[in-house]
Amino acid sequence: MSDTNVVPKIKKEAKAVEESILKKKTPSLKFPIRSLANVRYLEKEGYFEIRGKKKERTLTVNTVKTFAQTLRMMALSKTLVETDDMATKREAYYVSKNWDDARFLEQTESDTVMDDVEALFEVNREQLGFVPEEKGGDVAGTLVVVDKDPDTGKSIRIDCTKFGSGAYSIPISVEDLKFETKAKFILVIETAGMFQRLVKHGYWKKANCILVSMGGVPTRACRRFIRRLADSMKIPVYVFVDGDPYGISNIYRTFKVGSGNAAHINEFFCVPQARFLGITPQDIIDYKLPTHPLKDVDVKRAKDAVKNDPFFQHHKPWAKAMEQLMSMGVRAEQQALAAHGLNYVMDTYLPEKIAHPERFLP
Amino acid sequence: MAHAQMKRKSADATGRKRKSGSTEPEAAAPSKKQPKIVRLTATDLAEKQREISVSEFFTKNRHLLGFDSPAKALLTTVKEAVDNALDACEEAGILPDLLLEIQEISETRYRIAVQDNGPGIVKAQIPKIFGQLLYGSKFHRLRQSRGQQGIGISAAGMYGQLTTGKPITVISRIGAGKPAHKFDIQIDTRRNAPVVVADHEVEWTPQHGTRVELEIEATYKKGRHSVDGYVEQTAMANPHAQITYVAPTGERTELPRVANELPKPPQEIKPHPHGVELGILLKMLHDTKARNLRGFLASEFSRVSAAVAEEIATTAGLSGGMTTQKAAREQAEALYKAIQATKLMAPPSNVLSPIGEELLLEGLRKQIDARFYAATSRSPSVYRGNPFLVEAAIAFGAEQLPADEPVTLIRFANRVPLLYQQSACAVTKSVIQTNWKSYGIQQSRGALPLGPMILMVHIASVWVPFTSESKEAVASYPEIMKEIRLALQDVGRKLGIFIRRGMREADAEKKRSYIEKYIPHIGIALQEILSISDKEKEKVCATLKDTLERSRKL
Repeated sequence: MSDTNVVPKIKKEAKAVEESILKKKTPSLKFPIRSLANVRYLEKEGYFEIRGKKKERTLTVNTVKTFAQTLRMMALSKTLVETDDMATKREAYYVSKNWDDARFLEQTESDTVMDDVEALFEVNREQLGFVPEEKGGDVAGTLVVVDKDPDTGKSIRIDCTKFGSGAYSIPISVEDLKFETKAKFILVIETAGMFQRLVKHGYWKKANCILVSMGGVPTRACRRFIRRLADSMKIPVYVFVDGDPYGISNIYRTFKVGSGNAAHINEFFCVPQARFLGITPQDIIDYKLPTHPLKDVDVKRAKDAVKNDPFFQHHKPWAKAMEQLMSMGVRAEQQALAAHGLNYVMDTYLPEKIAHPERFLP
Repeated sequence: MAHAQMKRKSADATGRKRKSGSTEPEAAAPSKKQPKIVRLTATDLAEKQREISVSEFFTKNRHLLGFDSPAKALLTTVKEAVDNALDACEEAGILPDLLLEIQEISETRYRIAVQDNGPGIVKAQIPKIFGQLLYGSKFHRLRQSRGQQGIGISAAGMYGQLTTGKPITVISRIGAGKPAHKFDIQIDTRRNAPVVVADHEVEWTPQHGTRVELEIEATYKKGRHSVDGYVEQTAMANPHAQITYVAPTGERTELPRVANELPKPPQEIKPHPHGVELGILLKMLHDTKARNLRGFLASEFSRVSAAVAEEIATTAGLSGGMTTQKAAREQAEALYKAIQATKLMAPPSNVLSPIGEELLLEGLRKQIDARFYAATSRSPSVYRGNPFLVEAAIAFGAEQLPADEPVTLIRFANRVPLLYQQSACAVTKSVIQTNWKSYGIQQSRGALPLGPMILMVHIASVWVPFTSESKEAVASYPEIMKEIRLALQDVGRKLGIFIRRGMREADAEKKRSYIEKYIPHIGIALQEILSISDKEKEKVCATLKDTLERSRKL
């Protein structure tokens, strides 16, 4: 991960603005467009790379407010980095309350400006001194995480088998962590409920694996953690989510190749080696799972994925699977396996699936 | 009804109210109750079939004439009396001076008195005019007037008699040297004939005029859909009238005269051929006094010259010289088709009497203190051979009107306010179909626009097509809808210019304040990032402010 100091970049940008103003010209900032329309799927590297499209924000009467806010956010970032401090997104929002008329009225406004600044410098927001509120994800299984004591700087070995019915929580910054493991694979799970079941019954012992709970769309820290773990330990990553368009196109796709919104940093925040264990549309038939009908929003999401998402356009088996799901008109949750017995998922479903990773969807 | 009888019968010297004397059987179907099992012969049935008097028909169908609820009955009665008074004054060329008094007898009983300074009515005619429920000549003539069906005041009198048993009282005087007469009149509903209960000569101050008093079962409500609203709106559409209104509460309202000239008198016209239906044409062919087809076409219709009559006859494959009374149905149909196929001049349109832009504005100004007024008076157009014209006016930005509620829509037909059945009316539909958003007014789909606005629409025609006899909503003929829309668009455009100008000014002001507010923050941020001096910061701010202000003027 690039670790360049962002301060010179901020200064350079600000200098250009100042010079432009003094030349009696209207300054402008160029932001890369953060959407799926501006990414391309890199087959070899396996992630969404941002394309060159940029939007230019010129300082005019109409944009003067946002422009001022962007510059003040940059100044805040510079201060944070220089003083080796950090602010959560919420804290940054409250800092702006000192900015008189330039203050943000809602946190969504400050988040947007923060995302803009992040994209402007093509860095991760942590490098700007901003950290998210969100939880990174939970880990259990045959893994030792080597971290540092915040006070002494000494190494700490965290054994993820020793959390009982609890779990190790992924920190916000994972760049300096080291790992030791003999696990055969990493099983990444969508819901906390399924994670709990597998932990409680010691599935990771039986299967010799590492379990990670994402709790919905994975955070950047969660993606980065698994990426670093899988890269350094060279172990496969299997993803187990709900069999619906949200689980497939939002959670799995973001996990594996990144998102449009974070296009400028996908390179680091994706897990290209991930493979899709389930629940596949075919599983719904093979395992006779109880289903719910697809909602309008599901159908729209699925259609949109097949039509506009470079990931689905590139992976024919995925396009086919989505079409299959749409023609079936139903969805099935992970927990639907409980219809065959509470531990059916551990005793039958997962062993059967893991015996044939070559059948997993890409 | 025979066409020959359609000719106006000049009932009285003053021309106050003209009615034809027909007591023909009513066309409405008599109610036939047939027991399900017993079979009846035609002869049996014939015994049960009998004439129904117009008055009997009315007693059973009072809702058709606007007497369906006690609140509406009050309004309809007032409306009929006021319409008559205004029509009488105008036809005699007198600037109307009206007194309307409503007195509460009990919560469900009211006494209504309408007095005018019109020409008065000759003694002999008074009983017939007020005591006979008849079809008036207004039904058959084509002339812009308030009443069309001519059922009028006698229906109100009959309603009063039915609900309170009280006769209608009329005082009238036709000139300074003549005595005033006071009549109490009842209606014999079976015979549909007046019964004079009392008849005196009385002392009466006005030199000429008529006073009508009725006691009816009714309820009085305040507000826009009541008599209060009706009086207010009548004053708006009749700026040449002076109206004094004494409400049941005893409150006295003076609505002064705005215009000191009578409106241009409307003229009567003959029907236009394109507006005639086949059945009517057949009847007209048989009833005409013309000697032949050519003469018939030229004399019974407007816009048909002898040459055009000949052209129509030729197109129909008929001889212009044929006698019309013997025309077969097929021939009439050929004639009908020929008429439709012939290009004709539009009917004369200068026969209408619009309120006019100036008086529309004047009426609105008197009503409400607003920031913006606009009015338009369209030139006449034609639907089904009947000339009509549409006028529209708006008052926008009045403090007493809520900004986030539908606009107040006021509809008039031939200067008479329409208070009920707003949603069924062509006017309302046109207002909804007009895209008010393009004039800067909020509007959700399929609804009236929102805003602090009074919207006034007037339709004047020799024959206003109402959706029902109670004259509450105008039927949606495409030609009428189109003219209303054009009128609305016309005032809408004027309003749009006003609103946009206001918005532009507000916008420019906002932008000026934007520069003042946010440029200092750009200075602060640059100072924090680049560690520049205060002086340098000020220079950056001043230069930027200058640049932006110049860019705005370009």
